[in-house]
Amino acid sequence: MKTQPRIVYCHCAYAQVVPADVKQDVLRRLTESGTSFDAVADLCEMAARRDPWLAGVACQEPTQIVACYPRAVKWLFSSAGAPLPERGIRILNMRTESAETIAAALGTAADEDA
Amino acid sequence: MSAPLVRSLRVVLYEGVGSRSIPDADRFAMMATLLQGGYAVTSVRTGSRTAPEGARTPIVVLGRFENAPPREAESDSAAASIYFRDIEGVDAPAIVSIVESVHAEAGTGRPGGWKPWFPVIDFGRCTNCMQCLTFCLFDVYGVSPDKQIRVQNPSNCKTDCPACSRVCPEVAILFPKYKMGPINGDEVREEDIHREKMKVDISALLGGDIYAALRTRSQESKQRFARERDDKRALEERRKCLNKLQEQLDVPPEVLAALPSLDQIRARTERAVAAAMQGPTPAGTEPQ
Repeated sequence: MKTQPRIVYCHCAYAQVVPADVKQDVLRRLTESGTSFDAVADLCEMAARRDPWLAGVACQEPTQIVACYPRAVKWLFSSAGAPLPERGIRILNMRTESAETIAAALGTAADEDA
Repeated sequence: MSAPLVRSLRVVLYEGVGSRSIPDADRFAMMATLLQGGYAVTSVRTGSRTAPEGARTPIVVLGRFENAPPREAESDSAAASIYFRDIEGVDAPAIVSIVESVHAEAGTGRPGGWKPWFPVIDFGRCTNCMQCLTFCLFDVYGVSPDKQIRVQNPSNCKTDCPACSRVCPEVAILFPKYKMGPINGDEVREEDIHREKMKVDISALLGGDIYAALRTRSQESKQRFARERDDKRALEERRKCLNKLQEQLDVPPEVLAALPSLDQIRARTERAVAAAMQGPTPAGTEPQ
């Protein structure tokens, strides 16, 4: 049986770099999807204080991380002592992609109704 | 990267076995409010597992529990402690109050409180040249016991200052919250490498070292001031020089205003290398 990927959503709460409409729309779609998921206020903030939870994300695959640029997310985890594995992690970028595209990539039911 | 480990409180919005579902609009409002308040939230929609994967810190489980909270779920958790709170009839703003009270009871660290602005090193590109360590004015960088550059004091970094990434010859320093690529983590293109190197070259044209250039310009201004007794002109000269650097490196004015001397920077570098040679320091005692 195929394992359902874990979903981790970053709200980038402490900066205005992720378009507000995109992150709000992605969050809304996730909350309406019927899927369990993890949401964090800000991955940068967690990495800065080396939150041990990041290591839990890094060791579980498959995982889909909805945040910003993949290169930034990869090295943020690394900087926190929780390097992401080469395989099994997919990073979706809310700075460049639309909410529709991200929802479709996540495969959540909510991508169909918006 | 080295920073204090802080126990944070995790929130679980539980709608699994033994808990009634929450209307979509309420769920969204609750999660958005908690996230904006700095809390991490796990939305659990199925099963009986309340603790999120990887949780090793206190968690508060919020739910519209049908009877007693689903305590059977505690056994599969590595969380330090679990607090259950019934949120029947509670709206989003009141949810935050509930979480805040648990936060106080659990003695967990305050979420957020600062814009997390610090450099992140792309070790896929970094050549360990130490230019960033030499350049940074605020001891953000250090050297690991195996002589590898590292971000040692991220909280020392000056918000919105990406100057060290500008001088990195390999475009290996990221600021994920920066507005533009490749510093924000966007892919590095060939033209980016050329552009960044050009900026370094431009700063070199100012005298090979921006600090030396600043000091020279400052001294020249002072000499003119003494010779011509024209303080306005001296200040204008310094302002022009700082503005030029600010534009080229996107450095906030307050950072430029705090420039140390080259000797001070060299002394810091030597201290960092010496500390690295002595081996690891106990947590929380790294040199400032």
